[in-house]
Amino acid sequence: MLLIECPWCGARDEAEFTYGGEAHVVRPENPEAVSDSEWADYLFYRKNPRGDHLEQWCHSSGCRRWFNAQRDTVTYEIKRVYQVGSPPPGGEG
Amino acid sequence: MKYSLFSLIRNGLSHHERWPRAWRSPELKGSYDVVIVGGGGHGLATAYYLAKEHAVTSVAVLEKGYVGGGNTGRNTEIVRSNYLWDDAARLYEFSLKLWQDLSRELNFNLMYSKRGLLSLGHSLQEMRDIARRVNANRLNGIDSELLSAEEVREMVPILNTSPGARYPVLGASLQRRGGTARHDAVAWGLARAADGLGVDVVQQCEVTGFRRENGRVVGVDTTKGYVAAKRVGVVTAGSSGVLASMAGFRLPIESHPLQAWVSEPVKPTLDAVVMSNAVHAYVSQTDRGELLAGAGIDSYNGYGQRGSFSVPEHAISSLVELFPIFSRLRMMRQWAGIVDTCPDACPIIGATPVDGLYFNCGWGTGGYKATPGSGWVFAYTLATGRPHRLNAPFSLDRFRTGRLIDEHGAAGVAH
Ligand SMILES: Cc1cc2nc3c(=O)[nH]c(=O)nc-3n(C[C@H](O)[C@H](O)[C@H](O)COP(=O)(O)OP(=O)(O)OC[C@H]3O[C@@H](n4cnc5c(N)ncnc54)[C@H](O)[C@@H]3O)c2cc1C
Ligand SMILES: [Zn+2]
Repeated sequence: MLLIECPWCGARDEAEFTYGGEAHVVRPENPEAVSDSEWADYLFYRKNPRGDHLEQWCHSSGCRRWFNAQRDTVTYEIKRVYQVGSPPPGGEG
Repeated sequence: MKYSLFSLIRNGLSHHERWPRAWRSPELKGSYDVVIVGGGGHGLATAYYLAKEHAVTSVAVLEKGYVGGGNTGRNTEIVRSNYLWDDAARLYEFSLKLWQDLSRELNFNLMYSKRGLLSLGHSLQEMRDIARRVNANRLNGIDSELLSAEEVREMVPILNTSPGARYPVLGASLQRRGGTARHDAVAWGLARAADGLGVDVVQQCEVTGFRRENGRVVGVDTTKGYVAAKRVGVVTAGSSGVLASMAGFRLPIESHPLQAWVSEPVKPTLDAVVMSNAVHAYVSQTDRGELLAGAGIDSYNGYGQRGSFSVPEHAISSLVELFPIFSRLRMMRQWAGIVDTCPDACPIIGATPVDGLYFNCGWGTGGYKATPGSGWVFAYTLATGRPHRLNAPFSLDRFRTGRLIDEHGAAGVAH
C-alpha cells in the first residue's frame, strides 16, 4: 500500500487517490494538422519505464486536486510531488 | 522418454530416483535461425510450433529467470473463448480448440478441466449485455448459454442468490468448455516438447540489447554473450516496454501489477469457475482444494511483482458477500505478476518498426487461455515473415489506422 504525499493534505493512504497515468503528455495544438502516427502517439503510446516515472495523481477522496509525482516503478518509492503545469523535474519530457 | 503407465511403474520400482530430466540444459550457441526472447508459455509454444509445424528447429528460447516464472506461473488459470468481437472470438476459440488435445499431444498432463465458466449478472443492464455476448458467441459457433437465476442456483448452491443479497444474482452466461488448466504444467510440458524437437531452452539468460545492420535486426546481446539470429520474436509480457525501448521504439502498452491469492485448502465445494464483472472478482477451486481468486489490476504502472492491499481487500469483501460460506477461510498466499495492458484490451502480434524483429505482447490480464493459439500464429509469423489470418487484425499498426478491437469490458471480466 502506498503512502502518497498530497501537496495540500499531507501523507494519505493510496486508497484515497485516483491514478491519472503518465504526466506531461501534451495534446497536439492542431489535431487536424498532425499525421495519424503523431495522433496515435499522443493517444496511445506511453513511456512505461522500468524506473523513474512522471505521473499524475488526484486526491479524489480528499481535496480532489490533481498533482504530479515522480515515482520509481520498481521500488514504488515516490521521490517527489510537484504541481501540475510546472516543468518536469530534471528537464525530462 | 515417453511418459506412460509403464514408465510410471518402472520408475516406481526404482523409488522415483531415476527419472531423466524433462528437458536439456543446453549451452547457448553462437547463432540460430530464430531467437525467442521470453520463456513463458507463449514463447515456449511459439518455439514448439515453429519446430513442429514449420520444421524450423534452429531455435533458442532465452529466459532471464526460469521457465514459467513470469505471468505463466502466476495466473488464475482460467481458460475460455467467449469474447465479443469476431476477431478476438476467432483467435481465442482457435486456442480453446488446441487445448482440447494438448495434454496428449505434449505427452504431459496439463489438467485441463472443462468445469464450466459462469459470468454472473447483477443488474438488468448487465443481463442485457450478457445476452448480447451469448448471442454473439453463438453466431461465431462458440458454445455459450444464458442461465436464469434458478439455473445458476442449481449449479452453484453455495452462491448467495437470496433476494436480499448485496449483489443479487439475476442470471449468468455459461461456457461449458471453459474451465482451468494447470499453469506450471503448461510451461513444463511445452518446454519439454520443444526441447524434444531440438529447440534450445536457455534459462538464466537475459537479453540486454538488439544489434542491427541496415535497419534490420541481426542478433541479440545477452548475459551469456552475443547470439546471431535471422529473426527475433519477443514474448516478454510485462517487460515488453523495456525490450521495445532497447530496440528504439515505444508501444501503446503499460505495465501494471495484477494480483491473485489462494485460501487454505478445503474439501470440494465449488466445481465451476465463477466470475462477476460488477464486483470484479473471480474464483475457482484448485485440485488441491484451495480457493483461487483474483481481481482487477492495480491502477498504477509498476514492475514490482507485488500488489497493493486495497485490491484484494475490495475483491474479498465482495466474494464473501457472494459466497458467505467462504467468510471464515484463511488466505494462505498472495502474489502479483506484471501484465502488459493494451488500450483495446487485445494483444499485439506481428511486425515492429525494426525489420526482422517481431513482438507478441499486450495480452494483459487474459493471455494464459490463448497460450497455444498465440504460439501457433506467432510461429507462423516468424516462419513466413507474414501474419497468419488469425493474427492479421492484431497488428501494431491498428493504433495508427484506428481499427481497434475493443474487448474492454465487453467480455465478462478481464480474464
Ligand atoms: C495474477 C494474474 C492472473 C491472471 N489470470 C489469468 C487467467 O485466469 N486467464 C488468462 O487467460 N490469463 C490470465 N493472466 C494473464 C496471463 O498470465 C498472461 O497473459 C500470459 O501468461 C502471458 O504469457 P507470456 O508467456 O507472454 O508471459 P510470461 O509468462 O510473463 O513470460 C515472459 C517471460 O519473459 C521473461 N523476460 C522478460 N524480460 C526478459 C529479457 N530481457 N530477457 C529474457 N527473458 C525475459 C520473463 O522472465 C518471463 O518468464 C493472469 C495474469 C496474472 C499476473
Ligand atoms: Zn489532498
